[in-house]
Amino acid sequence: MKNTCTIAWKEIKGYFSSPMAYVVALIFVALTGFFFVRSVDSVLTGANFPEASLRDMFRQMSLFLMPWLAPVLTMRLLAEEQKMGTIELLLTSPVKDWEVVLGKFIASMAFFLGALALTLWYVLMLVWRGNPEPGPLLSGYLGVILFGASGIAIGLLASSLTSNQIVAAVTSLGILVLLSFLELAADQVTGIASTIVSQIGMTTHFDDFVRGVIDTGNVVYYVSLIAVFLFLTVRSLETRRWR
Amino acid sequence: MATMVEARNLTKSYGNFLAIENVNFEVKKGEIVGFLGPNGAGKTTTMRIVTGFLPPSSGSALVAGFDLVDQSIQARSHIGYLPETVPLYTDMTVEDYLSFMGSIRGMKQKTIKARVDYVIDACRLGDYMYSHIGKLSKGYRQRVGIAQAVLHEPDVLVLDEPTIGIDPIQIVETRQLIRDLAGSHTVILSTHILPEVSMLCNRVLIINQGQIVAEDTPRDLADKLQGVERLEVEVVGPKVEVMEALQKIRGVIDVTCVTAGNTDRNIFRIRARRGLDLRPTASKTIISNGWSLLNLQLMGMSLEEIFLKLTTEEASV
Repeated sequence: MKNTCTIAWKEIKGYFSSPMAYVVALIFVALTGFFFVRSVDSVLTGANFPEASLRDMFRQMSLFLMPWLAPVLTMRLLAEEQKMGTIELLLTSPVKDWEVVLGKFIASMAFFLGALALTLWYVLMLVWRGNPEPGPLLSGYLGVILFGASGIAIGLLASSLTSNQIVAAVTSLGILVLLSFLELAADQVTGIASTIVSQIGMTTHFDDFVRGVIDTGNVVYYVSLIAVFLFLTVRSLETRRWR
Repeated sequence: MATMVEARNLTKSYGNFLAIENVNFEVKKGEIVGFLGPNGAGKTTTMRIVTGFLPPSSGSALVAGFDLVDQSIQARSHIGYLPETVPLYTDMTVEDYLSFMGSIRGMKQKTIKARVDYVIDACRLGDYMYSHIGKLSKGYRQRVGIAQAVLHEPDVLVLDEPTIGIDPIQIVETRQLIRDLAGSHTVILSTHILPEVSMLCNRVLIINQGQIVAEDTPRDLADKLQGVERLEVEVVGPKVEVMEALQKIRGVIDVTCVTAGNTDRNIFRIRARRGLDLRPTASKTIISNGWSLLNLQLMGMSLEEIFLKLTTEEASV
């Protein structure tokens, strides 16, 4: 566990040693702010008394934020180690492969959660000016966190597969967009096939959270997605030794 | 003395390419062993197997009694490693980097600070402690690489080409650093610089085309391979006649003239049977013929030539 923490801490500091963290945080705040205003402003929503909720913000985050945020946060983590050769020192240290992967995952999660924490300001504003329901807010945040964690796990796998950050980012972006739009693809087929396709999609399982429902099935979906991709990343790191 | 590193029938292939084949060696505690070989001989592959980065295709490697595949974590905790490319996190400062390496090498948090200060001092990195590694010159990066390798006082130190690409003063310092480490540490280093081996190592393993072709102390290796004695003389006298006269001396194998053209002053190289000191007879012959002897020099066989000889001979087999 100590190794995992050491690696996580190093990566968290690493985020802030380049301007990227600040750029990402800035865009994150700007976009979520825009989503927030769109969902509560009476002129933009066309309603006299718009709903005091973050429902729309969560939905738009899953569609317009996560697909690029996760690749950007993870693309460097393992690809750079391979490109610079530092992986050689990391893997010859008495550190287990899963400790490396988990440490990097935690670092990305920490950054993501930190950025997400900035949106709590919108919650404060809702409480100040309105009377939001706490349930959907909490479940919505849980959904966003699970969604983001899945994206980060996918991004880590992509990053472990190549020594090129761009290739890593494009790969995870592709997987995420694909998984996000499977719900739409499900309309093109019928019957059991449609169910299967839509159940694989990431957005399918997201909507319940936004509506304030924490369904075990949905939680299990995201947790297994995270577990599978982290497991594959560990495996990918192991096979790097055998190549 | 205890065996710290042991390689048994190590073989590694990448697809159809056989990088090393049946490599066997043992390194005792406190020894400095040099791996000598041309580029692509399999030095780096051997280092990578011994440090646990690559698993062997067959055979096994043990460090401090632990198998590098089955008990990898235990084995790795005894190793300090400087890979050939000196991989560093360029966006970290020297101090942060060393602290990080100490931590993942399993050092206790309390001891890290003191050891980092010590290696920064020993590797003369004091002025660059808070500099980003990306801004350091090649030589300083190399020092950081060595600093991280020795930081946790590993029992076994594996250095892949430790003096490549740094300036002569730094080379001398680096060698001194390695020499200081000997005794308490076991050092395996690879190099293609021959004088380095004779300066640093107790033992040399010469590796060529994936196989160990010779193993000895640097001095014994030189003696063993010294098949002929060589002498260089500079004579003022008619070229052809001098050559004929020298050729007639007993024990001479052949004589070649180094200087070109038809001059009076020529340098000749004489090769003679092993163990024969030609200097007295050669000088007498020259003087008694009425020519003047300007220079006479025994040519020892340098490790360079041994190396050339070894590798070329192995290739022709």
